[in-house]
Parts: sequence; structure tokens; C-alpha cells
Amino acid sequence: MVSVLTVLFLVVGFGLVFFWTPMDADQGFKQKIFYLHVPLAIVALAGFIAAGVEGYRHIRTGDARHDLNSYVFIHISVVFGVAVLVTGAIWAQASWGKWWVWEEPTLVSFLIVFLLYCTYYPFRYAIEDRDRQARYASVFAITAGVFVPLNFIAVRMAESVIHPRVFATAEGGLPPSMMWTFLVCFAGIALLWVTLVKLELVGKRVNGQMSRLRRSLGEESAPAPGTRRVSPQAEV
Amino acid sequence: MSVGQAFDAWKALVGRDLLTEARTMRSLPAMVLFAVTTFVIFRYGLDRTQLSGSLAGGVLWTTLLFAAVLGINRLFVSEREEGGFDAFRLTPAPANVLLAAKVTSLFVYLVVLELIVVPIFALFFLPEFSSLLPLVAVLLLANLGFSLLGTVVSSMAVNSTARDLIVPLLLLPLVVPLMIAVTGASAPLFGPEGPGYERFGEWLMVAALYDGVFLLVGYAVFEFLLED
Repeated sequence: MVSVLTVLFLVVGFGLVFFWTPMDADQGFKQKIFYLHVPLAIVALAGFIAAGVEGYRHIRTGDARHDLNSYVFIHISVVFGVAVLVTGAIWAQASWGKWWVWEEPTLVSFLIVFLLYCTYYPFRYAIEDRDRQARYASVFAITAGVFVPLNFIAVRMAESVIHPRVFATAEGGLPPSMMWTFLVCFAGIALLWVTLVKLELVGKRVNGQMSRLRRSLGEESAPAPGTRRVSPQAEV
Repeated sequence: MSVGQAFDAWKALVGRDLLTEARTMRSLPAMVLFAVTTFVIFRYGLDRTQLSGSLAGGVLWTTLLFAAVLGINRLFVSEREEGGFDAFRLTPAPANVLLAAKVTSLFVYLVVLELIVVPIFALFFLPEFSSLLPLVAVLLLANLGFSLLGTVVSSMAVNSTARDLIVPLLLLPLVVPLMIAVTGASAPLFGPEGPGYERFGEWLMVAALYDGVFLLVGYAVFEFLLED
């Protein structure tokens, strides 16, 4: 159901982007990447914060499901993060003529956050005991979740503000057609995130069930060399 | 456990740490040596014999951060290898006493490191020394941040199989906001025409906010890092 909605919103959203929204007076066609870049960034950051909340619930309750959620949230958000950095670089090249602009606080903050969350994997995989791994990963998710807003404050203070302010500008912000299109695209991207999270969770559940079946059939439960499983598994 | 008893436990832990360090010299000499060598490398890397402004701040803070990483790496090694964690768990002291003690020990290490290394930095690179007095405020706020984050990260890394790798990997992105604040505050201090105080208070506030936030985070999560 969610996946159907995702396709619907994304198709309608990008249809609107190309056929309905007006051309940006200043940036022209290039500005349309805004409808992809900004929703991706907001959804990825919201996913990081949600992972922190799930991490908190995990260490409070000890329920492994919350750890699994936290892991999958971070995983999908990191994937979205790659897309944010790539679309951001393309937008920077299109509007400022450079692939990377250090004076641009939002993009730089996002890079720092992205680098931090990339360390989640090597950190998690370096802890062998499963319970401890889950607990420490949750502590990481909480610490990093708190770090996200703090980092944006510090980086914004350090730089002049040249990021295109599309929403609230002195001239009165977005015309309604752009606002509605943005909202549809935003809903589409958010639903895409939810779909991917669900897919990943189903995958984990299937894996968990498979290894349980294998064990009950008396097969060797140790994974083949080189395929040591490091991500958490759903207990069914 | 009453506050007085917790305080006694804290005193015992800090005393143990400092005494061990004074006897074995496991961290501090390496940190100092590393910092001084790094200055020499910067002298040739940047090809400058005198530094001022943001360049001076950058060299000083980069060096201090990486020297701190060396100490942070070793912060919990004796707990891990010689059963200190188990011994601590046998006492009725709450986990946050260990957090407070380790933050204090690391803070003291960093102060000692800076007492030696910052004057050497000034002798090597600075034309005059009037910036050192206001720099103390920046150093103390930075030390608090490094100690808090360092203790949390070190206790996370010490039980992993790749301790030396995990500490810098986790710590460096986490301290970026603090580094922005302290370099922002110290760049005008090292100005070529004597110390300047442009946005000095503002940056100190950011550093203090950062320290406060991670003090709360450390307090909230540390007990879960100690469970076994």
C-alpha cells in the first residue's frame, strides 16, 4: 500500500515539477533540482533524528526491535545522504559554477553529519558481543542525533549565508504552485524512505526466519567464512 | 550512596588515574612529543616560521586535537586489561562517578599537555605572547568538550576490536562544532596587531553550549556503556 502511494506521489510530483511549476526567474530550469534535493535532505535528517529516538527507546526498554529500527533508519538515511550530496553538488555546479562550495553552511553541515553517520558501520561491526553491539549502537544513535542540530548551529555561525533561501525570503517566499509541488515531492520522498525501511525490515525478518529454520533442521548455524553477519536481525 | 560517598569514590578514582600516570608515564610524554613534532612538521608543511590569525589557530588546535586523541585512546585501557571495569561494578558507586572521574583525569592530562606545549608553540611561531592569557579561557572550554566526548567515545571504543581506529573515527566528526567555535575564538587572538576580540564571547558561548549539551548526553548514556 505504502509502495503504491510512493509511486503515485513521486510520479505526480515530478510530473508537476516538469509541466506545472514556473521557471525560476533567476536560476531557470536548474532550480528544479530543488524538488529532489531539499526533500531528500530533510527526510535523511529526520531519519537520523528518528534513529536517535529509537536508540533511546532501545536502551530504555532493552527491546531488540528498537535497535533494529534504529539500524535500518540510519542505513536508509545514509543512502539518502549520498543522494543529497550528489544532488547538492550538481546544484552548486549549476548555480555557482563550482562542484563544492565551502561557504554554503547547509551543505557543509550535511557533509559533517554524513561523515559521522558513516562511522556507524565500522563502529558497530567492531563490537563482537551482540547485546553490547546493540547497546553501544544505540548510544551512538542518541549522541549523533543530539549532534545534528548543534552542528548546524556551529557551521551556520561560521559562514556567510548564501544558500538559496527558497522558502522564506524578503520577497514573500514560494508561489503557491511551487509550494504545492514541493509538498507533493516531499511526501513522495518521505514515502520512499518509509517503503525502503519496510523493505529492509522485511528482509531482516526473512533472514532471521531462514536461519532459525536452518538451525532447527540441524544445519551448521555458523555463517560461511567472510559472510559474518554484522547487522542486527529481527527476532520473530 | 550518598553524595559524600560518591565524592570519595570520585576522588579515589581520579587519584588512582593520576598516580598511575605519574608512575608509568603511559600517555602524557607521548602526547607532548607528538605535539612538538607536529609543530615542526607544520613549519615545513606550511613553510612559515611565524604564524598569525586563523593559520596560527588552525595549527595549534589541530595539533592539540590529535595529541588528545592519543590520550583518549589509552583512557580506559587499564580498566579493560587489568579488570578495572569489573572492580568498579563490584562497588555500589553509580556509573556516572566513573564518568566524572575519567572526565577529570582527561581534563588534567590536557591541562598538563597544554602547560608544556602552548608555550613551546608561542616560542616557535608567535611574535609576541599577549594572546596567551585570553587563550586560557578558550583552552579550558575546549578541554571540557574534549574530555566529555573523549570519555564517552573511549568507553565505547575500548570494548571493540579496533579501539585505535574507532576513537579518531568517531571523535573527529563529533568535535567539528567545537573546533569551529574554538578556532573562531582564537583566530582574532593571534592577530598580527596584537590580540583582537571579534566575536570572542559569541564563540565561547557556542563552545559552552556544546560542552553543556554533551555533559547531559554523557550523563544520560554512560551507565549503558558500563553494563555487561
